[in-house]
Amino acid sequence: MPGKVHVTTTINGESVEFLCEPRQTILEVLRDQLDLTGTKEGCSNGNCGACSILVNGEVIDSCLMMGVEAEGQELLTIEGVASTDGLHPLQQKFLEHAALQCGICTPGFIVAAKALLDQESNPSEERIRLYLAGNLCRCTGYDKIVRAVQDAASEMAE
Amino acid sequence: MATKTEDYLGITDYKVIGTRPIRHDGVDKVVGRARYGADIDMAGMLHGAVVRSPHAHARIKSIDTSKAEALSGVKAVITVEDLPLQEDKIEDLGEGAANLRHLRANVLADGKVLYHGHAVAAVAATDIHTAQEAVDLIDVEYEVLQPVLTVQEAMEEDAPLLLEDQTTESLGEDTGEKSNVCTHFRHELGDVEKGFAEAEFVIEREFDTATVHQGYIEPQNATALWGADDQITVWCSTQGAFTVREQTAQILDVPVSQVKVVPMEIGGGFGGKIRIYLEPLAAILSRQTGRPVKMVMSRTEVLQATGPTAGSFIKCKMGVDKAGKLVAAYAYMAYESGGFPGSWAAPGAMCIFAPYNIPNVLIDGYEVLVNKPQTMAYRAPGATNAAFASETIIDEICEQLVVDPLEFRLNNSAREGTRRADGPVFPRIGNEECVKTALSSEHYATQLSGKNRGRGIASGFWFNVGLKSSAAASVNSDGTVSLVEGSTDIGGTRTSIAMQLAEVLGIRAEDVKPQVADTDSIGETDVTGGSRTTFATGWAAYQCALDIKEQLIERAAKLWEISADDVVFDDGTFSSSDSSKTISFKELAGMLDETGGPVMGRATVNPSGVGGAFAVMVVDIEVDTETGKVEILRVSMIQDAGKAVYPSYVEGQMQGGVAQGIGWALNEEYAYNGDGLLANASLLDYRMPTCLDLPMIETHIVEVPNPGHPYGVRGVGEVPIVPPAAAVANAIYDAVGVRMTNLPMSPGEVLKALWTKNGGNGTA
Repeated sequence: MPGKVHVTTTINGESVEFLCEPRQTILEVLRDQLDLTGTKEGCSNGNCGACSILVNGEVIDSCLMMGVEAEGQELLTIEGVASTDGLHPLQQKFLEHAALQCGICTPGFIVAAKALLDQESNPSEERIRLYLAGNLCRCTGYDKIVRAVQDAASEMAE
Repeated sequence: MATKTEDYLGITDYKVIGTRPIRHDGVDKVVGRARYGADIDMAGMLHGAVVRSPHAHARIKSIDTSKAEALSGVKAVITVEDLPLQEDKIEDLGEGAANLRHLRANVLADGKVLYHGHAVAAVAATDIHTAQEAVDLIDVEYEVLQPVLTVQEAMEEDAPLLLEDQTTESLGEDTGEKSNVCTHFRHELGDVEKGFAEAEFVIEREFDTATVHQGYIEPQNATALWGADDQITVWCSTQGAFTVREQTAQILDVPVSQVKVVPMEIGGGFGGKIRIYLEPLAAILSRQTGRPVKMVMSRTEVLQATGPTAGSFIKCKMGVDKAGKLVAAYAYMAYESGGFPGSWAAPGAMCIFAPYNIPNVLIDGYEVLVNKPQTMAYRAPGATNAAFASETIIDEICEQLVVDPLEFRLNNSAREGTRRADGPVFPRIGNEECVKTALSSEHYATQLSGKNRGRGIASGFWFNVGLKSSAAASVNSDGTVSLVEGSTDIGGTRTSIAMQLAEVLGIRAEDVKPQVADTDSIGETDVTGGSRTTFATGWAAYQCALDIKEQLIERAAKLWEISADDVVFDDGTFSSSDSSKTISFKELAGMLDETGGPVMGRATVNPSGVGGAFAVMVVDIEVDTETGKVEILRVSMIQDAGKAVYPSYVEGQMQGGVAQGIGWALNEEYAYNGDGLLANASLLDYRMPTCLDLPMIETHIVEVPNPGHPYGVRGVGEVPIVPPAAAVANAIYDAVGVRMTNLPMSPGEVLKALWTKNGGNGTA
């Protein structure tokens, strides 16, 4: 096993350095080394979206990205979505619309939906469904999630 | 303490019940701070991994762990030899039961592996990668045996036996005959032969349903610390901390008081997180190493070795008379148990004909071993399979009679006083109200048009359960109440429980601080399952509030120097009966020190007044006749909640049940190859619905109060998964004229059915 690699990256607006083995995913680094456990692991092969994070504003499954690939990138995890001013509108609308049940998929959905709303101010229901199709939720049937995203988009557009 | 149910039934001016507060644990869950089992980290923690069988059915000839033990970083390796022996003893798990000898052999295989992925050994190492390397270094020599993968194969006389000592219990008696059939039971009502003889016509069909998984997004996990004082702590994702404590203590052969189970937040369960898998392994690895050991399953392990719920073979036959009344029904229900006994034909049999008043019924149920993981509950376990059969036949009867399927249901509806084939007589139920609500819905009134489009209807029933719950609550000096309860919260139950306490005390839901406690910190509480949590643990919280109320009446009496009999409490205010003095709950809470000290309420319940739940689904679909793909255009779920304490999350249960039911109907199945190896153990290939597969899911909450609960609660979690498979099948028939009798109704199956209908010429 080769030695550990030194990585310098930006996570949630802060400069972060870590050492990781080449075989470690960024998901493992986030969760097990950096204590950012809000990003969840559901399948470890890119099928469920529970581990969604943003890399330079694009949503990715962090289980499919190696830790060393974070070098020089800007990462955003669920821990960086709320600000000192309070919850992000998506987080607030997820609460108001009861868009979570067990909550394990919720960080991934909020991060993915944030990527959408950062790019498009008024996505249609179809567009939201297409964009979030990489995130599995087994509890809600998606109805309240889609409504929460629609409502957050409206509020952010105001 | 007596509960005056009648005082509360029919009350509609609730202040808290029926409102939509933000759930207490919500913020933690939207910011990523909620702590799930896999989020645990501890000083010195080791990581565990499991060696699993590459065969569906094999004898273990030898296990060589020496190479793994020699790997740097490996701290312990265990096999079944490290688990204390267990005798045959049936343990009630709250939803389902397990024989401890079998539970042990499921946790780690004992001489034989019975399914692909069956655990054979476990290791602990300094990191997960080393643990996984060690797994690959363990040599297991197998003698491969012929697998048995369907109930039909397993029931054949010369079928290979999974458990050599298994005999059939038939109609309550052990036959002594060696067989894969563990159980045969029968329910009889009236005279079914006479009933069929009187029928104007009879419809009979056979149905096959695939094995499916609960599909929770959070894999099973367990972390254990076996302390030097022999106190064992287990942190895990479970629907029931107390059943995990009981099972783990039994498997480790220690008293329950030696085990403390800390239920972490749970990322979905649906019945699949009741039985233990990893907990005793982590505990023994911890004992051997003196360090905490964390184990988290991969998704492949989840699909190979946990859950699933039973596939089934069902023969169903129903007859109607000239007046369009159901006169007789028969069902033969053979359900997979998986590798060990215990399956879901029994609850399926309680549900299969439940929505109807049928005077003559015969049901034969069989639970059958097959080389698949030991089946677990899955949201109304057994009932979806059953309703797929009976509700398809009902649809066919309606077609022949040329009657509206909802009118037919009304005309044949089970109601208060109707006897179910398995014995119970229904108390007040909301079956007819659900059908009437469907009939008057905008969805049903809207004509569906378009080529290859169809509408389907199906009903469903689930009986719900009561079981044990405990709660304790302390009054804070600022007028809030801290509530401690034992039901893990999978979908907003902290709040639905807290609301029932708040209603009694006349405070806001937000003024209650609910928390889920570990097994050392609250009285016994059964699983979050059986649609029981808001019903039973909510009842405990209600009783807690009554306890607090009585104590605070004493305090007010003391303050005013009058008799407690002269103090009344209404809407959050205590008053003297002459109305000369009043004090609010909040004010009195601030005066506890001067009136005698802290006030706590406590309650334990084991309620019997369970109210069964009915549901009706209306679904519009379109079939792509080129590909066989079925698209869901519109769907409505109508369900009797009794009383919807927390409507946002009642709707959520309904919508989630519909989504799972549609996945079961159209896509989901365990695909085993001929060697019994699971070919689709990933979430790419085990295809659950995404948000692109579903429309908005309309919900109609019907409220026919359950006379057995102080607020009329029935329980809402399970019944919405019962109608979808049949409703979709009936819609497919309406759209393209083919009767689908196998689940899932995947594109290939729909195409095959269309080709057969069109004379097998290969085109639709």
